[in-house]
Amino acid sequence: MNASTFDGDMGTRAPVAAPHPTHKLRLLLKREFWEHKGGFFWAPLVAGGISLLLTIMAWIVAEVVARKAVADGQINIDNDIKINGLDLGVITGKMSPDDFHQLGQGIDFSLLTFAMWPMVVLAFVVFFYCLGALYDDRKDRSVLFWKSLPISDRDTVVSKALGALVVAPVIAIAAAMITILGFMAFISLVVLIHGGNPYTLLWGPGNPLSVLAHLLASIPVYAVWALPTVGWLMLCSAWARSKPFLWAVMIPVFAGIFVSWFDVMDLFNLESGWFWGHIVGRSLLSAVPGGWLTLLDVDHVQNPEQLGSLLDVGRSYAVFLKPEMWIGAVAGVAMLVGAIRLRRWRDDN
Amino acid sequence: MNATVTSSATSVVSARGLRKAYKNKVALADTAFEIPAGRIVGLIGPNGAGKTTALKAMLGLIPFEGQMRVLGRDPRTQRDELMNDVCFIADVAVLPRWIRVREAIEFVAGVHPRFDRMRCERFLANTQLKPDMRVRELSKGMIVQLHLALVMAIDAKLLVLDEPTLGLDILYRKQFYQRLLEDYFDENKTILITTHQVEEIEHILTDVMFIRDGKIVLEAPMDAVGERYIEVLVNADRAEEARNLRPIDERALPFGKTVMLFDGVEPGRLTHLGETRTPGLADLFVATMKGTYA
Repeated sequence: MNASTFDGDMGTRAPVAAPHPTHKLRLLLKREFWEHKGGFFWAPLVAGGISLLLTIMAWIVAEVVARKAVADGQINIDNDIKINGLDLGVITGKMSPDDFHQLGQGIDFSLLTFAMWPMVVLAFVVFFYCLGALYDDRKDRSVLFWKSLPISDRDTVVSKALGALVVAPVIAIAAAMITILGFMAFISLVVLIHGGNPYTLLWGPGNPLSVLAHLLASIPVYAVWALPTVGWLMLCSAWARSKPFLWAVMIPVFAGIFVSWFDVMDLFNLESGWFWGHIVGRSLLSAVPGGWLTLLDVDHVQNPEQLGSLLDVGRSYAVFLKPEMWIGAVAGVAMLVGAIRLRRWRDDN
Repeated sequence: MNATVTSSATSVVSARGLRKAYKNKVALADTAFEIPAGRIVGLIGPNGAGKTTALKAMLGLIPFEGQMRVLGRDPRTQRDELMNDVCFIADVAVLPRWIRVREAIEFVAGVHPRFDRMRCERFLANTQLKPDMRVRELSKGMIVQLHLALVMAIDAKLLVLDEPTLGLDILYRKQFYQRLLEDYFDENKTILITTHQVEEIEHILTDVMFIRDGKIVLEAPMDAVGERYIEVLVNADRAEEARNLRPIDERALPFGKTVMLFDGVEPGRLTHLGETRTPGLADLFVATMKGTYA
């Protein structure tokens, strides 16, 4: 009837190891990466890869068409018809410094376009990651396993927020960099095939490194800018007993409709558009990279020539001087604090 | 105040006046209990009696009213420190489905100061689990093996098991408790188990608590249970005489014999009525919980 018969085993048992130091935050971030490897890692990489693949296919088609045209004698470069199609060496020789400058901006612009695809994917990944972050483990009850370990709810929520604000963007930007370099390598090859010098034609006038630096520099901007959306979605994620997506989207949208309908904003001498932009928009769409550009005066950027201003890191950082940036960040942090509290006491298992 | 301090020094868990009401049911109603250190305690009760609620309160997972000390700490306000010394298996199959065996080990090793990786790997060496397997590819029994290996490699002072073997076949169930006794339990550890499979754990328990409608109705060491309760196989001709001693339960057997369960009746007064023996926990449970679902 009692366990005294088992006392004999105790002497033979191996001694238990002494307490060892822990690396909680590192492991928590690692856990997010393990769980969301598909969204964090593969999705931006695949998006970049697909855009590259499409470009290569488009080039092959263009090449075939061009060769046909050349063969048919429809294209005529300086009366100097080449058997192998376009000769970039000839073109390069005729370009003025100003042309090179424009060419460089064009190259930078196409590089940014290539960086865009992993970034678009990032927006979706972060949105749905946050919605599920504090909900999925409650749904499959694995929250009980996580809560059986000595990790505070604060650490859990903070690690998940960092996953969305830092880990995901860093990886997406790495994917964007790989895409950009892949693209540069590819067009270098194209230029070579056509007898041009990739250095004078691409790597000289273009600024792939400054595009990369700009992307890297935008990570802190993104982390602060995305806070209200991350905070709101994680709050919903910690709170909802079911359908976090519906709650997260419907509450701000219906609030917006309500506000527009009754012209509530008139009370503050503001238009309904203000509410849609600053409340609904910031709580749902701030996970889109580059969203902060709407706060800056970038309307004048309509062609590649003015792109230089976009690539100026200082301009992105100017957003840190805007009160909207910080008010949103404070609201985001407050919602994360709410999420921590909900995480601590939510009992639905 | 003094009493609380001294009791929390020797008790692993000490609870007084617990109250927890859900929307349409009171789960804990003035519940009080003490769990001494170095014991294996079974918390046994029918469905909906408040077992899981009591465990959740102990683990700081839910808010509640009343006094509760676990290892001298209040689980509501000091949960983060408490979890260094307390571990629990809430249920089978709560390990996240996406995690790989090796990731689970790496994670627990990285966040738990008392986790012994070598121990965990030694436990897993005797199973079919491979480091690259994901939990979603494992059978329920294998998931429990993994969970148990993770938990047993943690040198916790209190281990709480809530229906840890639900849905497992008999081989895994036996192995589970065997492991727990042989490789884990010692005088510095306390284990609290709830389960419906009373027969399977009664031989490993040192103490038992019965809970009914949010109240602890029996709290005793197993030895004391053996002394207090006596089961007698009474012949039909002695039945009236036996009934005068007020058995708490009786059930008829074929051929006119009746099994009667006595609470606190002196053994000397029972021996002449028929064959006596110590009742099984299951019979005791059924007798104590009579009318629960009525």
